Amino acid sequence: MAVLDQPPATAPATADTAAPGQRWPGRGRRRATSLSRADQLVLGLMLGVPTVLHVALVWLPTLASVVLSFSEWNGIGGIEDIQWVGLDNYVDIVSRYPRFWPAVQHNLVWLFFLLVLPTAFGLLLAVLLDRKLRFGRFYQTSFYLPMVLSLALVGFIWQMMYQPDNGLINNLIGRAEANQINWLGNPDLNLYAVLVAAGWRHAGYVMLLFLAGLKAVDPALKEAAALDGANAWQAFWRVVFPVLKPVNIVVLVVTVIEALRAFDIVYVINKGRNGLELVSVLITDNVIGESSRIGWGSALAVILLIISLGFIITYLFQVFRREERA
Amino acid sequence: MARFSPRSPLSDTAGVLPPLGRRSMLKGLLATAGVAALPGLAACGSGGSGGSTDTVTFGSNYSDAVPKGAVQSVMDAFTKAQNLKVTVNTKDHNTYQEQITNYLQGRPDDVFCWFAGYRMQYFAGQGLASDLSDVWTDIGANFSAAQKEASTGADGKQYFVPFYYYPWAVFYRPSIWQQRGYEVPRTFDELVALAGRMKSDGLIPIAVGQKDGWPQMATLDYINLRTNGYEFHMNLMRGKEDWQGAKVRAVFENWRRLLPYYQENALGRTWQEASDSLEKGEAGMMVIGNQVLEKTKGQLDDLDFFAFPEIDPAHGVDTVEAPIDGFMLSRKPGNPDGAKKLLRFLGGAEAPVLYTKANPSVIATNAQADTSGYNKLQRKYIDFVGQAKHLTQFLDRDTDPRFASDAATNGINAFLNNPNDIDSVLKGLADQAKTIFTG
Repeated sequence: MAVLDQPPATAPATADTAAPGQRWPGRGRRRATSLSRADQLVLGLMLGVPTVLHVALVWLPTLASVVLSFSEWNGIGGIEDIQWVGLDNYVDIVSRYPRFWPAVQHNLVWLFFLLVLPTAFGLLLAVLLDRKLRFGRFYQTSFYLPMVLSLALVGFIWQMMYQPDNGLINNLIGRAEANQINWLGNPDLNLYAVLVAAGWRHAGYVMLLFLAGLKAVDPALKEAAALDGANAWQAFWRVVFPVLKPVNIVVLVVTVIEALRAFDIVYVINKGRNGLELVSVLITDNVIGESSRIGWGSALAVILLIISLGFIITYLFQVFRREERA
Repeated sequence: MARFSPRSPLSDTAGVLPPLGRRSMLKGLLATAGVAALPGLAACGSGGSGGSTDTVTFGSNYSDAVPKGAVQSVMDAFTKAQNLKVTVNTKDHNTYQEQITNYLQGRPDDVFCWFAGYRMQYFAGQGLASDLSDVWTDIGANFSAAQKEASTGADGKQYFVPFYYYPWAVFYRPSIWQQRGYEVPRTFDELVALAGRMKSDGLIPIAVGQKDGWPQMATLDYINLRTNGYEFHMNLMRGKEDWQGAKVRAVFENWRRLLPYYQENALGRTWQEASDSLEKGEAGMMVIGNQVLEKTKGQLDDLDFFAFPEIDPAHGVDTVEAPIDGFMLSRKPGNPDGAKKLLRFLGGAEAPVLYTKANPSVIATNAQADTSGYNKLQRKYIDFVGQAKHLTQFLDRDTDPRFASDAATNGINAFLNNPNDIDSVLKGLADQAKTIFTG
């Protein structure tokens, strides 16, 4: 883009690169540094098309929702019908919207839970499976299987397990007849019940990521550690785990994204009400459907974007700074 | 790309892409790109639907098999009578509702299905529907004053042709009540006393299924209508009254008297499951609409209803909550004359009979419609609704959808969870009403 905008500056440059090509026709074209017209075209298309798509499908909508978050608009009429209200949406959301803070809190609980339990469990599974157990492939597949299901489907499956009268869990613990536990209807309990279901799926994913990382660890490292007198525990935490750093970053980012985009499982269970509010549900409730509070919903989306960027940028920033120092 | 389904845009990209429809997205894109000079993209899509004079297009949300067939039989009769073809464009009920804003701004069908009350007035007020006053001069005699009131926009013109309704009342099983010697309560105090008796008799006094978030709106509506009357209720729904005022507080104080008699875990149960316990005789009564007739087909002989009892004698039981479904005319119909012919036919005596014959769980709004095919409860409904001075359309149809779908639903749920915290529930409702009803 910038190049096209400044024709005078680029003109001499093209002349320079063209010059050698004229002197040695045939050979010059194949030189890696000077690109032929066809190469330039191919390169331009291969870079340009994804760039255009990326900008049009990711950046512009993101910017559009940031812009729309300062507006009030019911989705009817054209641009001229949009009222600009400045920061009102944000102020009202944090001060007057009773579902907002519970939703943020649930998102954070979700994130914390996923980061601790399923991630640790997935790491444990990965370490065990890396020891070439008998039927290891079978375990590996069965632990990973839930990941193939969409979260909405996971929601349906677990709804059957949690059903108070006929569900598996109440019947197993003998609370189906009297003293029923209403796993999904009790607002103090249902978030954790859903988290178990979400974690069931997430652990398999984390396991696979760690397993791939562990397979790539050079066995010589472990041997060296053993020779130095480290026990298995020390060898893992002092030697293997640090080597897994790139995988750890991936797991962390994946978990943060999973936690903040969680939506389908609570939506199929009870539309994200009564203790299962999440920010993503609030966005949907306000934008989709008849209510069409485009500005309000966009403001919620921007808040979610900031939260997710906050986590990821902070972490990546620290990682890169540490790397630079090293 | 998938159109606007609630799940697809979010599950993949929550927080990064705002879940907007194609149209609004495009507008947003243009806005950010600085192309502000376009005088409303909506205008591009409004070429009407062809403009042929021998066909009328009909946008339908009657997507279940029985209603869909019933609509088709009505349209066939119209084609026969008027020699005008009707193209029926059916969409899934929920999808239709979710897309309505985009649908009406794009290329809507000539005649489209919608609901009476504020939801009708809202789109009429936005200029997305056409005036039907001239149709009403022909069909007006078929409808009551209360029905006309429910079909009239804020500007005093009619925009809606009523078709059928499903009134709400308190349902019970007469055999069980006879056996135990219960009598139909006339006042709210009697209702509370009766519920207490049921509880000591080992029954669940009031079956409740609030999982989907809307069934309890009827109870709030009724208690408000009985405590404060129709005028106050409608003003409250339109954001002209304060949710934190003493009158609304009184409504919740009354409601709280019923809560000890509510079925446990109300928020974890659907209305269908709740009505199961009514059918099985485990529960004594239930506030529900006539969808319960369709569900309990086998037991209609042992099912009856009464009006939600009186609280303030000044208001008595003068209002019935009877949501009306019907039809509207889009803003630039391709075939306006044909469309109005169709609307006159739908507002006439023949169409509702054809429809209720094919789908016997509803009651025609039309006073001229033949009711000989009705069952006992449908006949009782006719008097029940006919005597009403006012009809309300249910909370989510009488107020701004922005308020109903979020603030009201969650306010009611919060109250049911924590009935002793009326103050914070009402503050939440009042605060949100202030941000929504700004006009």
